[in-house]
Amino acid sequence: MPSEAVLPAGSAAADPPGNTAGADPALRSAIADQLGRPASVEYSGRPALVEYSGRPAPGLLRRLPSSRVAMVGLGLILFWTVLAVLAPVLPIAPPNAQDFAAMGHPGSSARHWLGVDTLGRDMLSRLIWGGRTVLMVAPLAVVVAYAVGAALGLLAGYYRGWVDTVISRACDVILSFPLVVLYVILIANIGPSMLNIVLAVVLASAPGIARIVRGLVLSLAGHEFVAAAHLRRESDLYVMLVELLPNCRGPLITDFCLRLGFTTITIGTLGFLGLGLPPPTPDWGGMVQQATAMITVWPHMALYPCFAIVSLILGFNLLADGLSELALSD
Amino acid sequence: MRYLFRRAVELLATLLLASFLVFVVTEFSPGNVARKTLGAFALQEQVDLLYQRLHLNDPLLVRYGRWLGVLTGVIADPLQDPALKLDFKDPRGDRYFGNFGYSTLYKAPVNDVLWDRLGNTALLAGLAFAVIVPLSLVLGILAGMRAGSRLDRIVSTASIVMTSVPEFASGVILAAIFVVGLGWLPGTSPLDTESGWSIASQLVLPVTVLALYDAGYVARMVRSSMAEVMAKPYIRTAVLKGLNFRTVILRHALRNAMIAPFTVILLQVNWLIGGVVVTEMVFAYPGFGRMLLDASLFGDISLIEAATLIALLVAVTTQLLSDLGYRLLNPQVR
Repeated sequence: MPSEAVLPAGSAAADPPGNTAGADPALRSAIADQLGRPASVEYSGRPALVEYSGRPAPGLLRRLPSSRVAMVGLGLILFWTVLAVLAPVLPIAPPNAQDFAAMGHPGSSARHWLGVDTLGRDMLSRLIWGGRTVLMVAPLAVVVAYAVGAALGLLAGYYRGWVDTVISRACDVILSFPLVVLYVILIANIGPSMLNIVLAVVLASAPGIARIVRGLVLSLAGHEFVAAAHLRRESDLYVMLVELLPNCRGPLITDFCLRLGFTTITIGTLGFLGLGLPPPTPDWGGMVQQATAMITVWPHMALYPCFAIVSLILGFNLLADGLSELALSD
Repeated sequence: MRYLFRRAVELLATLLLASFLVFVVTEFSPGNVARKTLGAFALQEQVDLLYQRLHLNDPLLVRYGRWLGVLTGVIADPLQDPALKLDFKDPRGDRYFGNFGYSTLYKAPVNDVLWDRLGNTALLAGLAFAVIVPLSLVLGILAGMRAGSRLDRIVSTASIVMTSVPEFASGVILAAIFVVGLGWLPGTSPLDTESGWSIASQLVLPVTVLALYDAGYVARMVRSSMAEVMAKPYIRTAVLKGLNFRTVILRHALRNAMIAPFTVILLQVNWLIGGVVVTEMVFAYPGFGRMLLDASLFGDISLIEAATLIALLVAVTTQLLSDLGYRLLNPQVR
């Protein structure tokens, strides 16, 4: 059964409260805003609104070009990705090289198109290398969070009973933390480094992912293809990974995009709070933080990295929005 | 009633587990609690002595139990023991319910540090909330009322843009425009009038920054809920039987469309708590969020624990309220 068929344009109004309570924004919008609620086992009183047509609709990703919003988002993401990949070969100054001569006039010049920062480092170069930092950390963190979250969600949704109770309760505790508070406490204690930021994002996001996957698995568990797999005496692991997980992909694609955007916000915010990657690593949030003291004199130093991070987040959010529109129009 | 009791127990369990989690996390921080309490210039012997007196080498669970004991007033706060000669004194005594201990960062009882700042933050978040709710409801309803219309596209795009600007970025951008460019508003909000700016003018930017991100998010939720209700058969029936559009919206659509956003709006409180940390940093606002950040960086465990407990209490209580409200509003769940 294709994922599209098991996702009726469910009504957010009929959501059980537990579905959205305590979730972080990415998760909440993924559930309530983007895709409606999957017909879950406990609430399967309503008939599916989308009939199973017998043939899977063309994949979401292949229909992507028909959404202008998604394409604009993809364009923004690709823009930064290409710059990030090409950063080492582009004819730009090294991100940490200081040009003392330019410090007197840090505004834009022929040598430094976007000017230099307080330490005389080329802004353009630091923006591009900063994009490289974010585009390395954010996807890595989200992918690991997905691996952990999906595993937990599969276990909880498949085995139910006490396994479900333990996993769900643990997730609830983490999800009831205000996110920034959780990040601040974590990073301030384990120290700011790329590994620790990834770990913190995983700890904070995996419960939300687990909750979505668990809900999807519960809604899929009653279907014939699961029963068929059991009849064939497939192992639990096979049913989870081969039968259930691929059928969860529809809603997860949108959630993945939203989470990338949200993780970008997180990384930027941590950098701004002084909990980001240790200097001199170019990092947009950290660049803003270092430049705020000079904002009355040289606003460009703080503004450019702000525009950069906003454009990348906007890219992820537009892509997610376009994807969910496509998913709903099925 | 039984539901309420069960939820209250869950709430308490969540608070206990979370506060324990914070204890575990602070274990990872380099440097021990005694060192942080005495400061970097204390002699190693003094540190070792305090370390012993506080029984800091006890297992984590024992120390967590002791912290709980101090909090509930069962045992006295060990830091206030005069034998330590730390000169830490709490006018409330060393043994009372709600004793959050002694803040090693501010060198004052946590209860002296915490509540003023919490009040400031409540003012900030309350004002932001008062902006977010009407703004996002109006935008969301107008957009969702006629899904696909021009207004809908404008509002939807605007709200995506709003949710794409992190608080620190909107803070810096707005400060660049209104503080540096136009000079209309102050760039910092210390909540005193020494700078010549009124308190009200100091609140404008922080409230705007907090409200922007959330309003965009809530407006999207209201919009999608509204659009969904508008596609329902009973709305079509209402339109077809000749009711004017105004009546259809006010009498039929709104009541059903507001159920889901109600939950979302209450849950924004959780998000606002995080938002204030960043906003207070941007505008040097003397609030709870900045205190939490400072305490975390310093390793002031008493203050971190107190702040976390309060943040969690607020978050979990609003979750409970939103669940209860949802049950009241939505007959399908009852």
